[in-house]
Amino acid sequence: MKKLTLRVAEITALSPLVKRFRLIHPDGAPLPLFSGGAHITVDMPEGDLIRRNSYSLVSNPYDGAGYEIAVRREDRGRGGSLYMHTRVSEGDLLTVSAPKNLFQLDLRARKHVLIAGGIGITPFLSQLHQLDILQQPYELHYAAHSRSEAAGLTLLPDAPHIHLHISEEGSRMDLGAILDGQPLGSHVYTCGPDGLIRAVADQAARLNWPTSAIHSEAFTAPPPGEPFEVTIASTGQHLRVGADQSLLEALEAAHVPVDYSCRGGACGRCETGVSACNGQILHHDHWLSPDEQASQTKIMPCMSRFKGARLELDL
Amino acid sequence: MPTVEFSPSIDSRPTYAPLKSHGSAPAIMVADTAGADALLDLMASDSAVTDKAQIVLIAPASDKLARMDLMVKTPVHTTPDLDTAGPLVRQLLSTARMGTQMYLAGSEGMMGALCALATACGLPMDAIQTEHRGTAARRMQCVHCKGITEDVTTDPFECSHCGLTLFVRDHFSRRIGAFQGVCVDAETPGLIPTTQEIRP
Ligand code: FES
Repeated sequence: MKKLTLRVAEITALSPLVKRFRLIHPDGAPLPLFSGGAHITVDMPEGDLIRRNSYSLVSNPYDGAGYEIAVRREDRGRGGSLYMHTRVSEGDLLTVSAPKNLFQLDLRARKHVLIAGGIGITPFLSQLHQLDILQQPYELHYAAHSRSEAAGLTLLPDAPHIHLHISEEGSRMDLGAILDGQPLGSHVYTCGPDGLIRAVADQAARLNWPTSAIHSEAFTAPPPGEPFEVTIASTGQHLRVGADQSLLEALEAAHVPVDYSCRGGACGRCETGVSACNGQILHHDHWLSPDEQASQTKIMPCMSRFKGARLELDL
Repeated sequence: MPTVEFSPSIDSRPTYAPLKSHGSAPAIMVADTAGADALLDLMASDSAVTDKAQIVLIAPASDKLARMDLMVKTPVHTTPDLDTAGPLVRQLLSTARMGTQMYLAGSEGMMGALCALATACGLPMDAIQTEHRGTAARRMQCVHCKGITEDVTTDPFECSHCGLTLFVRDHFSRRIGAFQGVCVDAETPGLIPTTQEIRP
């Protein structure tokens, strides 16, 4: 996987909990361009552990002068965002992946309806640049608890097709009103908590939207949890997965190669067979079907954990 | 008219299934006279399907039009042929909103042409249902001159625009709504296989 070593040029607080990091090439060389909705994976080394989280790019996809990501501090997370908030300073070098996109715009659409909840605004920030350049019609609905939590606010233009829904101020997002009566050829994109993604999909289905016009991305980082053990079937090796470590990170630390891309349970790349399972796989991915999850014969190590006596991976 | 069984082919070749009601969702329904039976079957399966439907019949036989008129509350639009149906369907699509379903029934040529028109207007493929009825004739595009020949029933056939003898492929362009016809004697000029009737 192609990696880039970039310098942190600037850190800006966008809200009390969200910081924006601007990354540039140390020699000032141009970076690969990307497309709206793309993300990069950031390496966060701590001791002999490397944690990796993916963050959506929020900068202009056509501008190779730098990449910008916005990171929300999750105090109850596994420490990835805390690392970014407390350990990374301007001038530091970070190793990141080249941009990848699992949430691109469907450019056949006649109109794009973008729905963001909280920090789920991030992929849309790069998409807005792309939509403006392509001059494609869109509207954005951005829901947040309070104005001070709406970190994207400072990065959004004040335009009539950008709608803010602040629940603290009593302006809740009405999905029925947003989706009903949209012109033929509209596509809807949702990024935010699972509940919002489900609510948009349900509402669109009730209005008979075809599924090809409904897109979403969950922006989750791997959750922490109780430590657990896994066995590698081919070697009999036992690995311990720490509370603040994902299974994928534990496999990487033990030099057991597993392919990955999103590290957020969305792309399917890290899918791994389970050859024995005595206990409960805690599936946190958006990749496996409910039936596959229930069968406990596959696991997505970037997100999912385990509770029980024995989990053997077909590796 | 019995439904036609198509032989299995490459993925490119469109397949058809009986129309299934999407309830009272806004709908645009278009059928030729053979396809009108499929619309009548659909309406018999769920009368709500016509609640917000616009119905266009292309050159319908008078008995079918009369039966359709009895089934629906709104007036049925009729057009003499596919060429005149196009602008009418385009106009219906121009005011349609997301959630609109399209039901097409009849010949492959008509459904291919209207699918292409509807997707060009922004309707996603998965909002369009197609049920084949009637002729197995194909709408063919000549890959050389790009001209369209309607109602092709033999393989090979002569392109109605450039006159080349074309082999009938199963390769279908959804954007154009036509099968692709390729010069059959390009390598061996004049050596033309015997003409056969197109099998479904
Ligand atoms: S790396 Fe994408 S699903 Fe695990």
